[in-house]
Amino acid sequence: MTEVYDVSYIERTRDYYRAQGYEKDYVWAHNINTPFTLLSKPLNKCNIGVIVTAMPDTEEGRTHRRVYSTLSTPIPKTMYTSELSWHQSVTHTQDICSFLPLEQLNSLATEGEIGSVAHQFYSVPTEYSQRNTIEKDAPDVLNRCHTDEIDVAILVPL
Amino acid sequence: MSLIARHLEANGIPTLIIGSAIDVVEHCGVPRYLHSDFPLGNPCGKPYDKDMQRSIINQGVAMLHTVTKPNSSERTPYEWGENSWRDDYSKVDDSNREELSRRGENRRKRQQAEKAAGLTRSSMIADG
Repeated sequence: MTEVYDVSYIERTRDYYRAQGYEKDYVWAHNINTPFTLLSKPLNKCNIGVIVTAMPDTEEGRTHRRVYSTLSTPIPKTMYTSELSWHQSVTHTQDICSFLPLEQLNSLATEGEIGSVAHQFYSVPTEYSQRNTIEKDAPDVLNRCHTDEIDVAILVPL
Repeated sequence: MSLIARHLEANGIPTLIIGSAIDVVEHCGVPRYLHSDFPLGNPCGKPYDKDMQRSIINQGVAMLHTVTKPNSSERTPYEWGENSWRDDYSKVDDSNREELSRRGENRRKRQQAEKAAGLTRSSMIADG
């Protein structure tokens, strides 16, 4: 029986890259300090945004890795996840609620626990290049959050 | 995704990450993290388990109320079931060493072609 332990994805990825002949190990982002912002108003007044690493399941989304905005209603039935490093031999991504929590958040909005769910959610590609994420995608997502008047963001990496 | 959360937070938008790669997230350092100890792919709950999915989001939303300092992590109370997936992810052993070596060669050729075509974006290796 397998012991219960936290999988070290940093180690596994390093070993996997080495096995594929890559000589330089991937350097994961590491920071000493972490920014922090308290909520500026009660959660039941907040507009909640959702950000996922899955791409839209469209011709464009399947072929071009970039930031996308997609309408939150109606909730998409599928998202494009084939290029992501989820554990394909033991699970699947056919139930969108398992990684895109719009249905759950809509219920909380109906019950008055949160103010609202942002009318668009965002897709952000996982990137080998941290520079692309920091210099291009992160400012792009921030702009979209401002435009959509998002107060709080829930991010779900697959 | 951790880098995105940090950027939003630094610019005044509180964030919560719900994920399943705790070492990656904590290595980067994020404001609020809810850990689902599941195989990568379903951090918001097992597929089609509505009650679990709802409970996980409730826990995450509660963290937005309660957390008052950065690098705060919680775990969901759920287990995947049997645990062989922990050993299985991106396993390298004699059974796949040659195949992985070949795959790396093909990947590098593809990357070179993409670079030559002006495509600058490359994903992490995606093999579960």
